[in-house]
Formats: sequence, C-alpha cells, structure tokens
Amino acid sequence: MELTTVWFCLIAVLWVGYFALEGFDFGVGMLLPVLGREERERRVLINTIGPVWDGNEVWVLVAGGATFAAFPEWYATLFSGFYLPLLLILVALIVRGVAFEYRAKRDDATWRARWDLAIFWGSLLPAVLWGVAFGNIVRGVPIDADLEYVGGFFNLLNPYALLGGLTTLLLFLTHGAMYVALKTDGPIRREARSLATRSGLAAALVAVVFLVWTQVDTGSVASGVLFVLAALALLAGVAAAGSAREGWAFVGTFVTIALAVAGLFAALFPDVMPTSLADGTSLTTTNAAATAYTLKIMTGVAVVFTPIVLVYQGWTYWVFRKRISVHHIPEAVLAGESGGDQPAGSR
Amino acid sequence: MDLEALDIARWQFAITTVYHFLFVPITIGLSALVAGYQTAWLRTGNEQWLRMTKFLGKLFLINFALGVVTGIVQEFQFGMNWSDYSRFVGDVFGAPLAVEGLLAFFLESTFLGLWIFGWDRLPRALHASCMWLVHLGTLFSAYFILAANSFMQNPVGYDYNAETGRAELTDFVAVLTNKVQLVTFPHVILAAYMTAGAFVAGVALWHLVRGRGQQGSEDRSMYRSGARVGAWVLLVAGLGVVVSGDVQGKVMTEVQPMKMAAAEALYETEEPAAFSVFTIGTPDGTTEKFSVTIPNLLSFLATGELDGRVEGINPLREQYIETYGQDPGATYYTAGDYTPYIPLTYWSFRFMMGLGFAGMAGGLAVLWATRRGRAPTGARWTWVAVGLPLMPLFANSFGWIFTEIGRQPWVVFGLMTTEQGVSPGTTTGEVLTSLVVLTALYGVLAAVELKLMLTYIAKGADPYVEPQLRDDDNDPDRPLAFAY
Repeated sequence: MELTTVWFCLIAVLWVGYFALEGFDFGVGMLLPVLGREERERRVLINTIGPVWDGNEVWVLVAGGATFAAFPEWYATLFSGFYLPLLLILVALIVRGVAFEYRAKRDDATWRARWDLAIFWGSLLPAVLWGVAFGNIVRGVPIDADLEYVGGFFNLLNPYALLGGLTTLLLFLTHGAMYVALKTDGPIRREARSLATRSGLAAALVAVVFLVWTQVDTGSVASGVLFVLAALALLAGVAAAGSAREGWAFVGTFVTIALAVAGLFAALFPDVMPTSLADGTSLTTTNAAATAYTLKIMTGVAVVFTPIVLVYQGWTYWVFRKRISVHHIPEAVLAGESGGDQPAGSR
Repeated sequence: MDLEALDIARWQFAITTVYHFLFVPITIGLSALVAGYQTAWLRTGNEQWLRMTKFLGKLFLINFALGVVTGIVQEFQFGMNWSDYSRFVGDVFGAPLAVEGLLAFFLESTFLGLWIFGWDRLPRALHASCMWLVHLGTLFSAYFILAANSFMQNPVGYDYNAETGRAELTDFVAVLTNKVQLVTFPHVILAAYMTAGAFVAGVALWHLVRGRGQQGSEDRSMYRSGARVGAWVLLVAGLGVVVSGDVQGKVMTEVQPMKMAAAEALYETEEPAAFSVFTIGTPDGTTEKFSVTIPNLLSFLATGELDGRVEGINPLREQYIETYGQDPGATYYTAGDYTPYIPLTYWSFRFMMGLGFAGMAGGLAVLWATRRGRAPTGARWTWVAVGLPLMPLFANSFGWIFTEIGRQPWVVFGLMTTEQGVSPGTTTGEVLTSLVVLTALYGVLAAVELKLMLTYIAKGADPYVEPQLRDDDNDPDRPLAFAY
C-alpha cells in the first residue's frame, strides 16, 4: 500500500478514535441537565468521565497534528476554510474543559450552574459542528485551483451537512446514555438505559437517511458495506439496551460510530477534500500529501507509539471500571476537600 | 491579503501564545515538584510532604486546566490564520507537532487523570509515578514544540523544492538536534523550573509570614521548608537559565545576528561593543538622551570575548538585502528592511533578564530570611511572597516576545516572511471575530483562574489524612477519595 494511503487510513483511525471516545463524553455532557436533576446526580455523571475525558480529547489534537504532518495542504485548506465553525468548536472545548476542573472548586450554586451550562453547550456544540464539518468535507465544498476554500461561512450550512450534524448529535447523545447506563448504578442507570433506547431509535432513523444520502452521492462499495454494518450495530446496541445488557449496548454504539466514520472516510477516498467547483481542484491523498520521507518517519513513530498509547489508555478504563452512584460522591463540597481519603464515618 | 488581517492575526498569535505560556512553565515545573514531594513522602513517611503534595497538586490542577485548553488554540491557529505558512512548512513543522500529540499529550492527560482520581485506586508507588509520567509528558511536549520553533529560527534538515514551492524534510534528526534547539530546550525547561520554584517559594513564604504565631509549629516548619525548597529550585535553575541563555546568545549571534543587534539597538558595528542597561532616547537610536552602559558586555554576550565584534543593524540590513533581495514586507515593516521593531526587542530583552535576576535575588533573600530555623515577619515579606512568583513568570513572557519579535520580518528565517505566511482566504472580519472572542474569553478565564488560585493558596494545606486503597469487596459503598 502506498504511504499516502496508509496515512489516509491512520488519520481515519484517529478520527474514529476521537468520535468513538469523545463522542460518549460529549453525550454525558449533553445529558447533564436531563439525567442530573439534583446536584449529586450531576456529580455522578461528571465523575463517570472525570478521569478519561481529557485523554479522549487528545485524539483530536493528534488527528489535527497528523493531518498537518501527513497532508499539510489538507490541514491548511480545512482549518482556514472552516474558520468560524472551528472557532466555535475551540470556544466550546475551552469552556468545557475548564468547567470540569473548576465546577467543584467553589461551594456556590450559581457558580456550579454556570459551569453546568458550559459543560452542556460545550458538549452539544462540537457534537453538532463536527458532524456539519464532516458532512461538508465528504460532500465537497468550493475549493479553487489554488486549493483555497472560497465558499464563505453560510455555504457550510447546507441541508446535507446539517443533517450530518444532527446525526452526530443523536449518535453521541445515545452513546453517552449507553455509557452512563454502563458506569452508574441506581435510578440514574435505569433512566439512562431507557433514554438510550429512545434516542437510539431516533439516531438510527436520522443516521440511515444521512448515510443513504452519502452513499447515493459519493459512496463506494466499501462505504456501503460499512454503513450497513454501522446501522446493524446501532440496532443491536439499542436491542441490547432494551434487554438491559449495558456492556453490549455500549459496544454497539461504539462500533456504530467507528464504522460510520470509517464509512465516511471510505466514501471520501482517494479525495481528502473534494471541490464542488467545475474549475476547482480537489485535494487528494496525492496532491495534499507530505513527502515520502516525512511519511516514512511518521509511520515509524506511529507504529511504535500508538500501541503503547492504546495500552495505557485502555488501562485507565480498567482502573476506573467500577460503577458509581450517588453514595460514592463524597460529602465534601469542594473537589479534593476530602483529601486523600474520606473517613468512613463522614458519609 | 490585506495588511489589516495580517496585523490582527499577529496580535492573536501574540496574545494567545503569551497567555498560553503563563500556564506552561508552571505545568512543567510544578509537575516535577509535586512528584518530588510525593516521592519524598513515600520514602520517608513524613506527613508534611504528603500535605504539600496535595496542596501544590490542587494549585497545579487549577493551572493545568487553562494550560490544556489554551494549547488547543495553538494547534488550530496555524491552519486557521497561517495557512500559507502551514502549506510551506507542513512537511517539516507538522511532524514534531504530530509526535508531540502522540508522545506527550496522551501521556500527560491520561496519567494526570489517573493521578487525580487514583489516590484510592492505585498502589502508592504507582500513583506517584503517574505524576512523574505527567512531568515526562511535559518535557516531551516542550522538546517537540521547541524543535518546531527552532526550525523557524534556524531552518535545518530541509530542502526547498521549487516545484512544490515548499520546504521539505530531508533529515528529521537534524531538525530535532538543531543547534538552536539544543540550547533553547534547556533554557526553557530551566526557566520553567525557576518559575515553579518561585511559585512554591512565594506560596509557602506567604503562609509562613501570615500564619506565624497562629498556626502550630508543624505548619510553620512545613511552610518554612517549602519556602526554602522553592527558593533553592529557583536559584539553581536560575543559574542554569543564565548559563544556557549565555550560550543561546552566542548561537543567536551566529544564526540570527540581526536579533542580537536588535537586542541592543546597536545600529553600527562595534568592536568591542558595550551593553546598555538602560537608555532613554528616540526609538530609532539616532539620539540618546541618557543611558547606563557596561563596556564590553555586549561583545561578551554575543561572542564570548570581551573585545569581540558585534555587527550593527545597518550593515546587517545591507547584507540581508544582498543575500535575500529586497524584503517583500518592507512596506509593511516601516522600521525598514529586515529590521524587527527595535524598541520592543531592546526592552523585552532587558525585562527578561532584569526580572529573571530580580527573581533570583528574591530567592536569595528568602534563603537568608529563613536561615537556621528563622521565619521572616512583617508586611514587606508579604510583598516579596506576592512578587516573587510573578518575576520569572513575566520574564518568560518577555523572553518569548523578544525571540519572536527579533525574528521578524521572517516567520521562517531566511525562507518566508510573516506577511507571506498568513491565510490568503480568510477575511478581516473572520480574523477580527476570532481575536475579539478569544481575547474576551481569555480575559474572563484569567479573572476566574486568578480568583480560584488565590482562594486555594489562602486555604493552605489540608490536615494529613492517610491515603487508603479501596476495598470494593468489603465496602463497595465507600465514597470516592476524590470526585469532581
């Protein structure tokens, strides 16, 4: 396989990892006001993703960096072209990241309510906007012969891309609910499961329309197969949630997102950013790529370090594998207030 | 591309980068100090050291949160505002950025999560090593991003490909062992240790001064020791900063002579050259009203010899025009061809050194005032405690302002000007929106962070609590040791 193809696949893997992982912590963030009706429940939700959300987010940073290194032209056109949506995503990720850390640092209901809003919107906006962005990438946008995006902002808000945004929103919401059902106990677990079943069906409906539309417009055999498998995985996940098999349900949405994203990349290949202009130039794995030397170096680094990362990131999930429920949340209001340990009597 | 968008993009890069680097050195340095305290506790069982671990750990996390989120902006804005730069250098510059993400960011974020939530989940030694791994992550991160920056100061390991119109990587090892990089990395890391040392010294001194007589002797000894540990780190690292900075000056004179001339506002070549500590005059250096100068010092800083020759701005400009042709940005950089904005390079260079030395003097004062079991009293020591952390912190900012402004008009020295690097397709309105939104957001976050930081500093270290591993089989309902 050509190195440019290898790197196209690796970048697809990074985005798959990002959406399959951060997808559920976006979902948990969006569910904060829905499943967390009182303070303790909200803290349960936040603490299910507390140790892992930041590691999940690194996937997008590595995806960005890898695109910069392996396909500089793609990075340049995409980031300067999708300017305002990316700015919105940045703002959302900033307030959200700070919110997780700062929310519990003051015993003040107004303070916490504000950070709750930051978590909610900071999760919802990127969940929609990444879908819109990928919709546009796959569909093709106005790129001129100099590889510059010339479409402006409102061109990005077309029905197909917006449907993509709605698809990622519902998928991540369902994925988050599956995760909460898997990681909590008590009433919140049951509510999450029932919500996941309902939002899962809605997601399936929207996703099928979006993926069929994609397949008709730009699909290949490979993308078609991946989309069908994604749809089946989603239905299997929803069915598993319905029969209270939370582990399988979560695997279901995880696989759904992974396959759907892989399918979008398959539909894209060999373009990386097709143009919609008759006299424009599409960015492809060839004309957007770095030199063979750079790709070779990067391949070596990726081959050595990606497995290591996967092992220790996987280990984190193992360390924090236990379910949490409201009685696990320490009394102390300030984060870390309980020090290294909470004496059993203070419960 | 109109000039206005270029200005705004430059302002955004300056503001977001200086802001980001307020948090970075504390993250790098304090992760080592927290890990060091935790290891000391593990080794000796001294309760004070666990209390300091947790106290400083909390301050570390308040700082880390902003360091992480402002770092995302850094990676995105190369593509957003500087797409032509990204196209031109992506083949060389992208690789260290990608490697930074893979090696450093995963390590930092994953093991910090384990450290924060792992007090009752991980065996003690494993838990402490999580913070060491976070520190290792910060070092990796610094190494790769500084290698990328060093390429901009002194491009090596590449070929210019006229066909593709871009710089292409030919030797990755050369990029990672760029001579600018080999001296910049220690300079930056030592400055980070210095900053964290000053931070710890300031925080502990503040408690020592304020709490004297009210707290038990245990707290007094803990904060006194904290002030001394911080001051020692500040001083030892500070000496390293001076030494590495000195070597860096000589490398800079060799690869970017204009930057050294701009640091002194030296318009004509001198042999030997004096260093002015302070000057009042017109910015273009034509008239000098008052100045305090040290003879031969600039010669020594630039060449290592007291009577060394230091090239001036004017002859260098002639030389650059001959080598590179007329500066395409000459109309924009009104100061003249190939000349950075001299007042800024001149003063930022002095503020960097002045604040650094002032911080070291403060460290010495703290060691003196706490010698042989003493603890200082009085309001002026409160001011030392407050001022001390700020000195290396702002010295860092001025260092970066100097080195980045001193590179102008180049974005990659000798290859591409800053003006050529800006995104051609983005509109002034877009770039302005971005600048306003990010600056406003950063302003609000600065206020929030400062208030939290001060609150948590004022609270001081919590009483000692013995950490215990969870035993879910016997007591599955026990509350978590830590929860958001």
